[in-house]
Amino acid sequence: MRKKKTLSEYSTGELVLYRFRKNKLAMLGVAMFLFVALFILFAPLIRPYDTVVKQNIADRLQGPSSEYIFGTDELGRDLFSRILYGGRISLFCSLAIIAIAFVSGALIGGAAGFFGGKVDTVLMRIVDMLMSVPSALLAMAIITALGNGVWKLVLALAIGQIPRFARMVRSSVITLRNMEYVEAARCFGISSMKIMLKHILPNGIGPIVVSATLTLGAVILSISSMGYLGLGVASPTPEWGTIISENKVNIQYYPYLGIIPGICIMLTVMSVNFIGDGLRDAFDPKSKN
Amino acid sequence: MDWLKYALKRLIMLIPVIICVTFILFVILSLAPGDVARMILGADATDEQIAALNHEMGLDRPLLIRYVSYMVDAVQLDFGTSWTGNFDVLEEFSFRLPYTLLVSTLAILFAIAVGVPLGIASAIKQYSLLDYGCTFVVMLLFSMPAFWLGTMCQIFFCLTLRWLPVSGVGSWQSYILPAVILGANTLASMIRMSRTSMLDVIKMDYIRTARAKGNSNKDVIIHHAIRNSLIPVVTQIGINFAGTIGGAVVTENIFAIPGIGSMLINAVKGRDVPVVMGTVIFITVIVCVINLLVDLVCAIIDPRIDLAS
Repeated sequence: MRKKKTLSEYSTGELVLYRFRKNKLAMLGVAMFLFVALFILFAPLIRPYDTVVKQNIADRLQGPSSEYIFGTDELGRDLFSRILYGGRISLFCSLAIIAIAFVSGALIGGAAGFFGGKVDTVLMRIVDMLMSVPSALLAMAIITALGNGVWKLVLALAIGQIPRFARMVRSSVITLRNMEYVEAARCFGISSMKIMLKHILPNGIGPIVVSATLTLGAVILSISSMGYLGLGVASPTPEWGTIISENKVNIQYYPYLGIIPGICIMLTVMSVNFIGDGLRDAFDPKSKN
Repeated sequence: MDWLKYALKRLIMLIPVIICVTFILFVILSLAPGDVARMILGADATDEQIAALNHEMGLDRPLLIRYVSYMVDAVQLDFGTSWTGNFDVLEEFSFRLPYTLLVSTLAILFAIAVGVPLGIASAIKQYSLLDYGCTFVVMLLFSMPAFWLGTMCQIFFCLTLRWLPVSGVGSWQSYILPAVILGANTLASMIRMSRTSMLDVIKMDYIRTARAKGNSNKDVIIHHAIRNSLIPVVTQIGINFAGTIGGAVVTENIFAIPGIGSMLINAVKGRDVPVVMGTVIFITVIVCVINLLVDLVCAIIDPRIDLAS
């Protein structure tokens, strides 16, 4: 017979997972996110890519029906296909942005926090400078320099997020750096790199993961705003913001063209936010009220 | 006079920030591929014409020299002329700034006026219908793209119901919807922040003491709780202001408001470097000044905050 574990026998990771799974809203978020992600991931199996750009003027502005689940736009393109493939861009780009910001922020903030002194002062001054520019404006300045395009957009939005991650990583490294177990590890002669990766990283990662998840929602919104303004992914490549922008004039008489893509963005962002809130409560049960 | 000294010190500290931000922007914007002169003159221009224009604009000089000369001009309030529209950057900016500031301020005021009372009320009546309602609205507003909310509201209230003007700045009614849309995100964070902060304060010992003295519930909330719960909210306003100015770009685009945002979008699309440069610097200064004001307001609300140290 398996012995039942007492509370103290669970590792922190297991406890976090347990609390996360107990959180109904967070599990709803996971379910919603998986639902959207699976559709987007398997888009090529559901609709071939050529339906995204194929124009069928005879079927223009058709409301949702069995043939066109989400209806068609003014060029007769299938809205469902466009949203499926648009979601790929929105989701993959936002994940890439978070990954870039996370890794660069961790390197900068980690170095600043771990080495302290001059390295810290110089790095953090630069981060503070970047932070004083509103991130939307910084992104626009970068787009001015680089021009339109999916990867350029990713880079522009990622740079705006780096300072936030760098600061967060730095402050958690500074707190952990002076803990006794880190000192003990240092006494054993373990290299800085190894202390960083094996002892500091796992303990400090919680709040950063939470913030990364919550930022993911904001980044999905930024990508679509940029698309809407015509500064991001350009038509005919579908992207959720671009889809709304290209259908703008028809929404009044064909509301589904605005409502459906909007709800897609909203559900995705909401699911990510639920997961983020759930993770925050799971990592730090005290913060919940 | 402590606060005056503090404000002056902060303003002086702004100078190095601006010098560095300008430099970073200068480096970023000089990375722009392609030939600016060719872009302006078109494909038919001869190489001599292009070289002449490059020389005229000083683009054939090294980056550092261009930066220094930009800064020297900037100190004399000359931020250059637009590459595409042939207007003076500072002049155009000062013409457009009032619209953006008006819409942003209205948006923030709307968010405070509606959000803070709602947040406080839902904290006092925790787990009530109002509380759940507010939480739901906050959740929706945080996941909704502002441009979508704006477009849909514009279509519904302006085109279908014809209650409000569709766009422009013709009358005071045309500011209502832009301010509400721009303030929506701040509204959500105001509700959330004032609710959380109020819940924290209500649990404090001194609130229990105040109740134990026999003060009425209303008295305790108004005289003991609200003021203390407002400090994080005020800080949050400062944080949100930067986002609001960024968001103004979207709102101005939807409602055709002739503010900074629409100028900036055109400049970004047209690769109009002097305009982008000037706009970003001005807005950064404005945001820094607003953060300074927020810190001063915090010190007024909470006497424990010592500005001198």
